[in-house]
Amino acid sequence: MTQLARSKAVAPPGTDRPPVIEMRDITISFGAVTALDRVSVRLFPGEVHALMGENGAGKSTLIKALTGVYTVDDGTVLVDGERHEFHSPAASQAAGISTVYQEVNLVPNLTVAENMMLGREPRRFGAIDVRAMNRAARKTLLHLGLDVDPATVLEDHPIAVQQLVAIARAVGVQAKVLILDEPTSSLDADEVEKLFAVMRRLREEGVAIVFVSHFLDQVYEIADRMTILRNGRLVEERMVAQTPRLELVRLMIGRELETLERLDRAPRTEAEGGAPLLTAIGLGRKNSLEATDLQLFEGEVVGIAGLLGSGRTELARLLYGADHADTGELTVRSERRRLRNPRQALARKIAFSSENRKAEGIVGDLTVADNMLLALQASRGWLRPVPQATRTRLVRDYIEALDIRPADPTALMRNLSGGNQQKVLLARWLIVQPEILILDEPTRGIDIGAKAQIQAKVAELAEKGLSVVFISAELEEVLRLSDRLVVMRDRHKIDERPNDDVSVRDVLEIIAGEAREQGDRDA
Amino acid sequence: MSASTVPASSWDRVRGYAPPPRYLPVVATFALFVGLYGVGGMRYEGLSDPQVLLSLLLDNAFLIVLAVGMTFVILTGGIDLSVGSVVALSTMIAARTLELGWSPYLSIVAVLLTGTLLGLLMGVLVHYFQIQPFVATLAGLFLARGLTYLISVKSISITDPTFTSLAFKTVYFGEYYLRWTAIVALLTVVVAAFVLARTRFGRTVYAIGGNESSAVLMGLRVAATKVGVYVISGFCASLAGLLFSLYILSGNSLHAVGMELDAIAAVVIGGTLLTGGRGYVLGSLLGVLVLGMIKTIIAFDGTLSSYWMRIITGLLLLAFVVVQRFATRRQR
Repeated sequence: MTQLARSKAVAPPGTDRPPVIEMRDITISFGAVTALDRVSVRLFPGEVHALMGENGAGKSTLIKALTGVYTVDDGTVLVDGERHEFHSPAASQAAGISTVYQEVNLVPNLTVAENMMLGREPRRFGAIDVRAMNRAARKTLLHLGLDVDPATVLEDHPIAVQQLVAIARAVGVQAKVLILDEPTSSLDADEVEKLFAVMRRLREEGVAIVFVSHFLDQVYEIADRMTILRNGRLVEERMVAQTPRLELVRLMIGRELETLERLDRAPRTEAEGGAPLLTAIGLGRKNSLEATDLQLFEGEVVGIAGLLGSGRTELARLLYGADHADTGELTVRSERRRLRNPRQALARKIAFSSENRKAEGIVGDLTVADNMLLALQASRGWLRPVPQATRTRLVRDYIEALDIRPADPTALMRNLSGGNQQKVLLARWLIVQPEILILDEPTRGIDIGAKAQIQAKVAELAEKGLSVVFISAELEEVLRLSDRLVVMRDRHKIDERPNDDVSVRDVLEIIAGEAREQGDRDA
Repeated sequence: MSASTVPASSWDRVRGYAPPPRYLPVVATFALFVGLYGVGGMRYEGLSDPQVLLSLLLDNAFLIVLAVGMTFVILTGGIDLSVGSVVALSTMIAARTLELGWSPYLSIVAVLLTGTLLGLLMGVLVHYFQIQPFVATLAGLFLARGLTYLISVKSISITDPTFTSLAFKTVYFGEYYLRWTAIVALLTVVVAAFVLARTRFGRTVYAIGGNESSAVLMGLRVAATKVGVYVISGFCASLAGLLFSLYILSGNSLHAVGMELDAIAAVVIGGTLLTGGRGYVLGSLLGVLVLGMIKTIIAFDGTLSSYWMRIITGLLLLAFVVVQRFATRRQR
């Protein structure tokens, strides 16, 4: 065992402990498709191990093999050097492997303590001993450095706390291995820090943590080692500190990604645009956005940067009429009128793609073609159906233009990967030929390849004269695409500047205000 | 983020006690009941007599038991439409078997077994065949009602001495009295409240209502619990049927038509959310008492027609659902 660990150069320094988990040559196939092809992964106690790869690389299959959701076709899983076969999640949990998923898999209506202890509550005379349960829960919470009252109801806490409670539940079972599958996708920066503090604590205690995240920053901040997968195969096992970012990306996608460089576009300024296409003056809504001014010129990309809850989505919804503005005025072209609903916005050639892809974007049970044509059909009204020939042509064109895979208009939307769903949504709005396109987090949770394609498309459209409001939690992305930058914090605009030579660090400093110390974060 | 998480001393907790928001619906129902009783007591002579309250319990014993079973089902996010028919079937089975000369105890066992089995059947349909609870129990409604007609289309009266003596068995508290049926109903409430609050089964019921797929991932016994609530509801329905046959001393295919809706109304007025996960059996008991109190007031008034009962129930339901809507929206 130890010998094997040494034979590769990447055991964590300072440990000569054997791996707690060793997966050797794992192969899993679904019918003719091989999802994992002889993949080997080792997890050492006391490390944060990032599992890297694009969508479809096999990360989640690997995790499901380890958690007993999928049965392994070939290969062996060793836990502390002993062979194990997991046929159910319960078997895997019994071996000390716990998982926390992207969505908080707890029950909102019960208390924090109950959520941590459900299924293994302490009992006295056959009845649940609530006091003992709360005590045990509090102990685990304090141990993780969390100051949460175990008797409070879970749903009264913010998502981040709920996520931490899920982790507390997972480690409460004496986990040796903790798998965190995209735990940070709905957390803001402060909350991520809190999560990382808990992860560091567990790492010190010798727990092996598997960390899956699309955010490279976070991987570099917290992970010690990583295993990179591509197309169901193992690419390499690496120490994080010795792997530059660009190289990691190259390993993940298997080619150089030119789009990671700044997109080459001549920045536009209002000087050449003439009158603005859209002007918001003092636009605001009670409890959601304070009075905000915004201008948008033809062919301009305005990037909105800000943390979760800064008001970026709220602003987008007000511009589109999805929410009602209480104050301020909105001028689209020369017409001064606050929008009352999305129909009015669409009639003025404004389109909006929501950040909430699942709930406000896709219709999972309809086909790709239907999803694409929804907005066009809606804007025409139900009495004037889109002719079949037009439908076929539009769908074919956009599938090709956006490189949607599978290139099958009849595929069901829910079977597409996140990236391809997002491309279909983009197509949906492009089909109505908007002059103003508001994109809220169009690249969240999708792989780097699709992300680059979407960014390139947005840049190309702006070249052709489309005005875009681009919102993203990823500052790099906002900076890469925008001509002008609007920075938001605490529900109002705090800064606006042309995007020339603005760095991520500059934006972070603006968001953080003067108070934040330098060197807190590396751009 | 960590607001209100300061560990409070016991004294602080006692001094600053306010009912947690999740108990508010039950508190509201209780206040409504007290209000009705107070106003009724002032307006109508004799209504403030404590015996009126006790009579409320014994006149509605069967509905209380039904509402208890229904609460389990609704807490998981399901619904059980079959219970009214099962009550009718139970009265019929009891009446018919007694007519055939069965031992009354055997007859009781037969009734309880039938209801429980029907519940099991519907639970299996709902969980393993993934049929919507509404549809599965609608089928149960027709099946049970049809079986009742199959046994007899005529009304059969119950004359068995054991049954009749059970029916009139009375417990006295000084000058006030209760029937045994009411005590059985109250016991059911107590047992159900304990099961829901303090057993793994009960907590799993709430967990399923909160988020079923999470409950599965948390390794809880979701299948057994989901089938279990329909079994409990079926058992409660047949028990309610027994109480009803003791109350009315006959078996009839036309008994208890629409009673499932009364039970659902009581549960909702008692503050249980139809989407599941929130509610208490105590609320359902209060819900039944509120409905019973309205009926009593109408009876005392004498000038109001009985259809006012329906109208008021409808208005109350509406009011409670709207209030709940606002209450839950504020929490999010």
